[in-house]
Amino acid sequence: MKDNRIVERDVDNADIRINAKGVNVFYGDSHAIKDVSVDIPANAVTAFIGPSGCGKSTFLRCLNRMNDTISICRVTGDILLDGEDIYDKRVDPVQLRAKVGMVFQKPNPFPKSIFDNVAYGPRIHGLANTRAELNEIVESALRRAAIWDEVKDRLDAPGTGLSGGQQQRLCIARAVATAPDVLLMDEPCSALDPIATAQVEELIAELAENYAVVIVTHSMQQAARVSQKTAFFHLGSLVEFGETGQIFTNPKDPRTESYITGRIG
Amino acid sequence: MTPLVNPPRKSIHQIDARTKKRNAAEARFKAYGLAAITLGLFFLVVLFTTIIKSGLPAFTRTAVAVEMTLSPADHAAAEKQLMKTGAYQKLFVAAVQQQLRIDATDDAIQRLLGKVGGDIRAFYKENPSMIGKAHVFTLSASSRVDAYLNGKLTRETLVDSRFMQLSDLDLVDGLVDAGIIQSTFNWGFITGADSGVDNPGGAGIGASVVGSFYMMLVVLVLSLPIGVAASIYLEEFAPQNKFTDLIEVNISNLAAVPSIVFGILGLAVFIQFMHLPQSAPLVGGLVLTLMTLPTIIISTRAALKAVPPSIRDAALGLGASRTQAVFHHVLPLAMPGILTGTIIGLAQALGETAPLLLIGMVGFVARGYPTGLLDGFTEANSAMPAQIYTWAARADSAFYDKAWGGIIILLAFLIVMNIVAIILRRRFERRW
Ligand SMILES: Nc1ncnc2c1ncn2[C@@H]1O[C@H](COP(=O)(O)OP(=O)(O)OP(=O)(O)O)[C@@H](O)[C@H]1O
Ligand SMILES: [Mg+2]
Repeated sequence: MKDNRIVERDVDNADIRINAKGVNVFYGDSHAIKDVSVDIPANAVTAFIGPSGCGKSTFLRCLNRMNDTISICRVTGDILLDGEDIYDKRVDPVQLRAKVGMVFQKPNPFPKSIFDNVAYGPRIHGLANTRAELNEIVESALRRAAIWDEVKDRLDAPGTGLSGGQQQRLCIARAVATAPDVLLMDEPCSALDPIATAQVEELIAELAENYAVVIVTHSMQQAARVSQKTAFFHLGSLVEFGETGQIFTNPKDPRTESYITGRIG
Repeated sequence: MTPLVNPPRKSIHQIDARTKKRNAAEARFKAYGLAAITLGLFFLVVLFTTIIKSGLPAFTRTAVAVEMTLSPADHAAAEKQLMKTGAYQKLFVAAVQQQLRIDATDDAIQRLLGKVGGDIRAFYKENPSMIGKAHVFTLSASSRVDAYLNGKLTRETLVDSRFMQLSDLDLVDGLVDAGIIQSTFNWGFITGADSGVDNPGGAGIGASVVGSFYMMLVVLVLSLPIGVAASIYLEEFAPQNKFTDLIEVNISNLAAVPSIVFGILGLAVFIQFMHLPQSAPLVGGLVLTLMTLPTIIISTRAALKAVPPSIRDAALGLGASRTQAVFHHVLPLAMPGILTGTIIGLAQALGETAPLLLIGMVGFVARGYPTGLLDGFTEANSAMPAQIYTWAARADSAFYDKAWGGIIILLAFLIVMNIVAIILRRRFERRW
């Protein structure tokens, strides 16, 4: 796709969903994220771009406290979700993660049936009262993740038996089924063919009507196509953050320009 | 830069020296492996044939079937005697004499069949209706009769003793001629209890199987939940610090502690301090639990570690709690490994003898089954390996056969347990 068109940007800057201020992340002694401040708008897509190892996934994982599971990982700074500090003592990370869903870089379906994979979130959060409701949630999630047609005849088959790209879409469906307010997607399309990619991008656009979506991507075109805001990370620092149109057409920092034109990476 | 010189083209149909060397190394390695497996199988076959050959006699018994009719007059007369069982013995000897073509003394018959008067009297006491009717008494012959019949004892090697005399062999031949001596399957060995030191023919392993069963029940009920819970906590919840490291090292060390140490610990703590009954399967089970726990914990932790972390991330990312992630996703995946570890631990415990030595289960003559279901835990009993050890230590060589027979039963249980482990593994693994 040679699509360098930049989507219409009419972001209401006042409506900020996640507000990160001076975030530092350490893995033991290594300083992975250095003083990053980002505002993630509601009802929009924010893209994180940057070379491999620059800390995109690490920062993304801070937003739903998935870094808590890594014992050597330490996070400082403030991250506010709707004005409330998510690292506050009173916050239960379990409750937070139900609101801030996540799709991981590597597809990780449960070794259970396709149906059970998608139904797991709704089940533990009690989103469906009847079996029919649950079926409906599962179907709509699978449809939105553009995988329904491929799996509708084998919902009882193991999710791990799908191809890599199908597994990734299954994981997207699984995250969507939990109905989060914010969806964090770590390279959701890295294993997908152009058709599935287009479908997932459509889904992202659709989700952005109601949710805040954050997407990490290595594809400049994808960032340009789907996002309204773009953050460029380099060596653990946030180099530039702004309107996608501005970042891609008129970057302020020379490093951003080199990266998007393919000179550093 | 020096120009790269293209090496001369070689046909891939020609195998070069390096490849040849590599292939030879591979072939050698395969040969070593094959040799190792063959050797292993050879020893396994030797082991099994020895065990089965030596153990089979325990499962057969030489019995003498004597038909006897007790007339009411004889019955009344015998009951009037002072030595009632002696009177019955005489009547029985008379019945044997009748069916034989040779003379046999009372003593000789007693040597071959034991003092049976008591058994016969008890039979008529219980079944008075049989008085006056013909009844076939099937009585075990002494272990020396067995030995004579299967060729282990010959007229040349026999030394007269109070157990058997040369003349008795004529009697045995006479019994064979009369067709009233027969070899039958010895159910008594499987269902019976231990006998006294002078009656190897009557010894059975049944009671100690029950003892072992109760012990295994205690071990399973205690060590599986405790072991799995401890492993889950250590693996999934415990913080990584010096203290948990210490616990970890200690658990690994416990697995290597000789079992006799657990035995003496059990003696000190459970019997001397807590005053639990000696020789009881409950105490044996508690001691074996201590021994089995490290095995279960180590294998359970290994099984939990083997579950990919991405599964935990997936569940946590959906807003599952840690407990939910563990019980919904991690534990089911670790189940086959946990079960294998548990069954290996149980199998070890089943065959363990040393700790039982110290809590008084060895040398204990288990004369009967426990009287009630719950009494099985607290009543003194033996266990299979302890029973085998006891038999092997007895003077009468006929007990030696019993020990081998006991080993067959023990191995049968172990094989069954392993099959159960395999079936369970398959069942759980099928759920991807
Ligand atoms: N669990 C961890 N323990 C220690 N260091 C880590 C861990 N995860 C990531 N890091 C380090 O943190 C830095 C940022 O990693 P991160 O995964 O966030 O990069 P990324 O931008 O997502 O890269 P990619 O585009 O390749 O996914 C890297 O230097 C990495 O080595
Ligand atoms: Mg990453």
